[in-house]
Amino acid sequence: MNKVQNNKAWWLVLPVFLLVAFSAVIPLMTVVNYSVQDIFDQNNAYFVGLEWYQEVLSDPRLQDSLARQFMYSGTVLLIEVPLGICVALMMPTRGWTASLSLIVLALPLLIPWNVVGTIWQIFARSDIGLLGYVINNLGIDYNYTSNSVDAWATVLLMDVWHWTSLIALLCYSGLRAIPDAYYQAARIDRASSWAIFRFIQLPKLQGVLIIGVLLRFMDSFMIYTEPFVLTGGGPGNSTTFLSQTLTKMAIGQFDIGPAAAFSIIYFLIVLLVSWLFFTTITHLDKDKVKEQSHD
Amino acid sequence: MNWMAWTLPTAIFFSTIGSIIVMMTVWEIKSPCIERKGFLPISTTRGDRLFIGLLSSAFLHLFTLGFTSVNIWLALIASVIWLLSLMRWG
Repeated sequence: MNKVQNNKAWWLVLPVFLLVAFSAVIPLMTVVNYSVQDIFDQNNAYFVGLEWYQEVLSDPRLQDSLARQFMYSGTVLLIEVPLGICVALMMPTRGWTASLSLIVLALPLLIPWNVVGTIWQIFARSDIGLLGYVINNLGIDYNYTSNSVDAWATVLLMDVWHWTSLIALLCYSGLRAIPDAYYQAARIDRASSWAIFRFIQLPKLQGVLIIGVLLRFMDSFMIYTEPFVLTGGGPGNSTTFLSQTLTKMAIGQFDIGPAAAFSIIYFLIVLLVSWLFFTTITHLDKDKVKEQSHD
Repeated sequence: MNWMAWTLPTAIFFSTIGSIIVMMTVWEIKSPCIERKGFLPISTTRGDRLFIGLLSSAFLHLFTLGFTSVNIWLALIASVIWLLSLMRWG
């Protein structure tokens, strides 16, 4: 099928293009310019070529925080996605309990990030915090300010508490969109509840799950506020993630050149992953359209 | 322009990218492209292939810089060849 294309419509995109150029493209170009220079002040900048990139790529501090970042995002996805699906499956579907559970689930999403960090910072303390106090009284030695395993567990738990709701709510809406006829057919076939989940619910959830995974990956990959408030990146560097390393470099030490080079690499990684997700989503849709046109 | 801290190499870099985009736009207006499937696992348009080519070239350069001692100009040459073959057969 060939649609008639009117290229004049592109002029309507011009205002948005100008806005994006002003707010994103020009600053990004400036960052690229910074990344190839050694900058002392506004009038003293020396061209150093790709030296910063080389330095940044072989910097163990950055390699470590990149590895930590991938581990963090991976773990967050591995916990939150299955948990979110389970929560969505168990939520009541009608009546006042359905509304109540929706409100309860939405609450964590409404809390500002730094407040979440503060809540957990106090909640997990072993002297005045309820969680820390209970865990220590169960006979488990727990202190997130001195033990890196405890710090990791706390940061992960905080993220799960804050964001599983998002996946659950997305899946809940996805589940509600499945027509009843599918379930009736499954009942006629005497399908087990596992079979219903595996062959009806999970395939129908594919679309929302991809969006959920993308959102959670992006957010967790760029996470800054929550671990910063909770652990300050410690103990040592054990919970220092990429954005925190970057901020320390750019603002703390004023190493604008290396920080710019590092930002570009960070940007490229985010761009690659987002593109992969985006392509997967759009191609799933295209495949569906093809399937339907074959029917 | 002083605040943007331009250097000659970055100016060349951005003008190259910019002129590629302008040329692609002109080409698209002259003869609109049709999505097709080449050696890539997905069907792509011209613009998709340019994007894939540029992004993979960026990672090729980073890899060469960070993990090998190969001259960076070789990475550039390899990227140009890769980009051209991607545009033609991708």
